[in-house]
Amino acid sequence: MELFNLFLKATFIENMALAFFLGMCSFLAVSKKVETAIGLGAAVVFVLTVTTPLNHLIHQLLLAPGALTWVSPSLATVDLSFLSFIAYIATIAAVVQIVEMTIDRFSPKLYAALGVFLPLIAVNCAILGGSLFMEQREYDLPQSLVYGFGAGFGFFLAIVALASIRERLKYSNVPPGLRGLGITFLTTGLMAMGFMIFAGIRL
Amino acid sequence: MKFLRRQLDRIAPLFEEGGRLQKLYPLYEALDSFLYSPGTRTATAPHVRDANDLKRTMITVVIALTPVTLWTLFNTGWQAMLADRAYADAVAAGFTTGNVLTATLIGLKAFLPLYLVTIAVGGAIETVFAVVRKHDINEGFLVTSLLFPLILPPTLPLWQAALGITFGVLIGKEIFGGTGMNVLNPALTGRAFLFFAYPGEISGEVWRLMPGDPGRLVDGVSGATTLARWYEGAVPGSDHSWWEAFVGLTPGSMGETSTLLCLVGALILILSKVGSWRIMLGCLLGLVTVGSLLNLFAVNSYMAVPWYWHLVVGGFAFGAVFMATDPVSAAQTDLGRWIYGFLIGALVLLVRVLNPAYPEGMMLAILFMNVFAPTIDHFVTRANVRRRQRRLGLQ
Repeated sequence: MELFNLFLKATFIENMALAFFLGMCSFLAVSKKVETAIGLGAAVVFVLTVTTPLNHLIHQLLLAPGALTWVSPSLATVDLSFLSFIAYIATIAAVVQIVEMTIDRFSPKLYAALGVFLPLIAVNCAILGGSLFMEQREYDLPQSLVYGFGAGFGFFLAIVALASIRERLKYSNVPPGLRGLGITFLTTGLMAMGFMIFAGIRL
Repeated sequence: MKFLRRQLDRIAPLFEEGGRLQKLYPLYEALDSFLYSPGTRTATAPHVRDANDLKRTMITVVIALTPVTLWTLFNTGWQAMLADRAYADAVAAGFTTGNVLTATLIGLKAFLPLYLVTIAVGGAIETVFAVVRKHDINEGFLVTSLLFPLILPPTLPLWQAALGITFGVLIGKEIFGGTGMNVLNPALTGRAFLFFAYPGEISGEVWRLMPGDPGRLVDGVSGATTLARWYEGAVPGSDHSWWEAFVGLTPGSMGETSTLLCLVGALILILSKVGSWRIMLGCLLGLVTVGSLLNLFAVNSYMAVPWYWHLVVGGFAFGAVFMATDPVSAAQTDLGRWIYGFLIGALVLLVRVLNPAYPEGMMLAILFMNVFAPTIDHFVTRANVRRRQRRLGLQ
């Protein structure tokens, strides 16, 4: 039950895109069509679900203060946590590389559609944010797995909703200066206002 | 009437191509089409012969809103009289003709300024956009400008109402291209803006000030709305009976109190096929389902409040009938409307009971589902396409 609450919290209350505004670059850029948005959303769900627990292990076994005690008791005073950013990014980049090769092999169409944004997931702040929140809030392994999946699912929901809205906006008569990214930013803000419905729920 | 027509025809050349006031054509067009059916015909296909157009649709909503608006005038004043000790003797006499008149007068003093400010500010923005962007001034604004003051508390400062309708019309509608092209309901967008920007004035102790008499503090009891009282642990029925709440003799945002007159509005909307009965019924189903579930697992007194109480308090009925059914921002497929309505009803109860941050969830529930309405439509349409392909053996 506690894990389910964590999932709801990560998905809705602390939505990566619409409550923290993380991962905006791919959120805004790959939301023109629902199909590609689903593709990117699924990739983010997968990468977050894998990297958050993976980074949890790396943090617990290698980087946290005194984490290296299992290698030799003399290393008990070593604190490598200043390496956490670079270590997390490296893990994420490696996982993204695997996802990229998999998508290229099994769905060249999606691969072409995602284009440069798939490698960009490697530096997507939503994904690094997932790992950093995990470290800051001291989640254990099952919690980080659920948190990673929930955060990814929240991003998935948000980007699919934005893509559906943008598909509808094709029929709107947006002022020329606002077409494209301008109206997308404003739409994102309005969506975030809708997501305020969950702000304040304590689980 | 002929005289009016002649006058309009006389000034028409001023506004048409080449006229001196050509830029202000939308203003002329709005007045002309408000008073008379337009005589222009579509030059190219498709030709649809139907007496119903956007103007009629919008006017039907205004008609459906009329009973609620009239009740608003009375109840706003009546609640003010209840709250103010100066009227204690008068109130004790009950609903005498004099009392009803006094109450309506106080209500008028509270509602009319808000309404006029909304019309003036919102109308000015709409006109500027219509002139610059060369689209028509649409009757849809009549609905937005009537809905907006109805969902405000009677003691809201006028400049805040102006700010709210500005945000609603500008960001909620005009930047998307005007009527029919927006994503969120403009009236609710404006209210949500006020709700987050000035939370002190829009919720909680609504009756600190005498409506229509700025600066004068209510000399008497100030009552929180029913939902806020329930959250504090009050038992339904302790402040007023179910029937009182159903008829609408409760404090709250001006137009939301009377479930009975919202039902009258719903009847008009459904019979004229302007509002979607699927959405309204979906809202009700969501409310009943989640309400019963919460009753089953009740751990505190609020969770045990039965759904028929939730139905009559707060903005549920008003929102479900007039806000959720907004044909632009709601889901547009039949199945999608059921899902959309159901989720609104469900979310309202979840927010009311489980979210301590907000006493009422109708506004945000509708806005949230407005955000997801295109998604619902997308998947409903895709499912339909797939089903047909399978039937034809294409898949």
